[in-house]
Amino acid sequence: MEKRQYNIIAETGIHARPATLLVQTASKFNSDITLEYQEKSVNLKSIMGVMSLGVGQSAAVTITADGDDEKEAIDAISETMKAEGLTE
Amino acid sequence: MKEFKGIAASDGVAIASAFRLTEPDLSFKKRSITNASDEIKRLYAAIDVSKDELLTIQQRTLEDLGSNEAGVFKAHVTILSDPEMLNRVKSTIEKEKVNAEYAMNKVSDGYIKIFNSMTDNEYIRQRSTDIRDVTKRVLSHLLGVPLVDPALIHHKVIIIAHDLTPSNTAQFVPTYVKGIVSDMGGRTSHSAIMSRSLEIPAVVGFKGDLSEIKNGDTVIVDGSTGNIIVNPTEAQKDEFTQKQVDYRKRRSQLANFKNETTSSSDGKHPIIAANIGTLDDLDGAIENGAEGIGLFRTEFLYMDSNHLPTEDEQFNVYKTVLEKMDHKPVIIRTADIGGDKDLPYLDVPKEANPFLGYRAIRMSLDKPEIFRTQLRALLRASAFGNLSIMFPMITTINELKKAKSILDQERIKLIREKVRVKPIRIGIMVEVPAAAILADQFANEVDFMSIGTNDLIQYIMAADRGNRMVSYLYQPYNPAVLRLVKHIIDACHDNNLPAYMCGEMAGDQMAIPILVGMGLNEFSMSASSILKSRALIKHLDSREMVTLANKAVTMASTTEEVTAFIHQATNSQQ
Repeated sequence: MEKRQYNIIAETGIHARPATLLVQTASKFNSDITLEYQEKSVNLKSIMGVMSLGVGQSAAVTITADGDDEKEAIDAISETMKAEGLTE
Repeated sequence: MKEFKGIAASDGVAIASAFRLTEPDLSFKKRSITNASDEIKRLYAAIDVSKDELLTIQQRTLEDLGSNEAGVFKAHVTILSDPEMLNRVKSTIEKEKVNAEYAMNKVSDGYIKIFNSMTDNEYIRQRSTDIRDVTKRVLSHLLGVPLVDPALIHHKVIIIAHDLTPSNTAQFVPTYVKGIVSDMGGRTSHSAIMSRSLEIPAVVGFKGDLSEIKNGDTVIVDGSTGNIIVNPTEAQKDEFTQKQVDYRKRRSQLANFKNETTSSSDGKHPIIAANIGTLDDLDGAIENGAEGIGLFRTEFLYMDSNHLPTEDEQFNVYKTVLEKMDHKPVIIRTADIGGDKDLPYLDVPKEANPFLGYRAIRMSLDKPEIFRTQLRALLRASAFGNLSIMFPMITTINELKKAKSILDQERIKLIREKVRVKPIRIGIMVEVPAAAILADQFANEVDFMSIGTNDLIQYIMAADRGNRMVSYLYQPYNPAVLRLVKHIIDACHDNNLPAYMCGEMAGDQMAIPILVGMGLNEFSMSASSILKSRALIKHLDSREMVTLANKAVTMASTTEEVTAFIHQATNSQQ
């Protein structure tokens, strides 16, 4: 199981566009991937789930991947977060 | 052949076949089912067809309109691929033994409720629209009722619609949408404004039964007169084809004026600027050769939103306008909101007389926190161009002094925070008769004045401009109006200040000769009037217009007499 924590720096939090891209990235992998924020956890392959968390600026989130490609999954997701300006 | 009338909303002539844009009936009943797996199969089939359709639309939109517009449909596909949502719909069917329509709608309502409750996250909240759109599409396939997709139009059409919403106009491909007929609204409805900014001929407020126009009927739309002809005769087709040619010829002649400086025949240079209400209007202003922005109404920031716009949201909009205008002068008016506009997040009681009530600067001074946010955003944006700020509905000197002192306080705070702030010119919108009469006193307190004729005329004439029963009193060329306008302009000039005008009157082809004669320094109007006004001024000798203006304010006693003077003076100029 791979687990990583992030601090969201984007002023608008994880809004529609980066959320869509995160979901698309996560969906490429076999692993079960979850996004956790304020003790709520959702499937990162679910756009509705991700948006319903309403992650805002300065939020601390945790992403967990569990499966045969968990490491690659977390790396790819970290990259998308950075490219979208969500994290530093 | 049938002829109809409507309100002329956007100039030009179009001939093409009718395309009815109707809202399909997606109502359904909750049903109990026995075979859940068949129902789930039905659901998946509808989802698959919806996805295929969305991919086609996305592809078309990408080719015809660009990636921004196509992005919406990409988001729709992502929603339809959401494993969690599909599971919820599935389990609703299985556990509650209900039909797919009901289950789909229930799950989507649940999400919409969650999203709408996220009051601190505007971006997410707006996504409720996407969920609603996607649900509609799936329902349409479950029910076998086709959805009408403007993005799939691939031949030249006249759109026939009850009213247009921003989400369907965003899908219009200008190459194919040649004209618009709708039965809602007047010249300021969404359909009308949108068609003017896209320069598509349009008639709104259709008088008659829209259902008399069938899909595929040949339709002529004359957006300059409000005439509509369904299935015209050959002679009518020829006549309007010729009208179309003439219209285009006139447009291309006017296009020559785009990059010219405005000039009268004797070399006076008033500025022709544009009035804008949104960022979309800005492109039209630039496209039509505006020499500045004479009025940026900031209300859309407050109206198109479910919350008070933040300082950053406002700053970004103001900065964009200033940068796009590339150091040409931009006058931004602080918010004119209040009793006549319904802002759900602001608790403003409905009033019996909103035009005489709690609005504009009156509300700004009463709710300084909202005002300060806007002023800070403006001050920060000032570093990016040539900014002037204008206060609306100023009635007394004390109101103006208060507004200015709040602006100063915010300026000092920002400078202490080491934020770059450039000098800003301060002006008032002269639209209340009290301020107009006292213009010479206001001149000591401002850098410019801009006459807001729409309100000023209704206050002078005591006639609600929205009330048809008294619309005959809305008389821009009434000598009473002209005397007061001249008084304001003279007060400015006596104090070495420029005088501007930003009401409809500034773009009125009859009023322009008189205003040139009064020495008005800036005419600010809707973008579509700029080129014809510039062409008109080029033929006017300002010295003769001075004579005309003086005659109008000293000798005329009625609108009709003024009109006669104008015709006399301008005919001799041609």
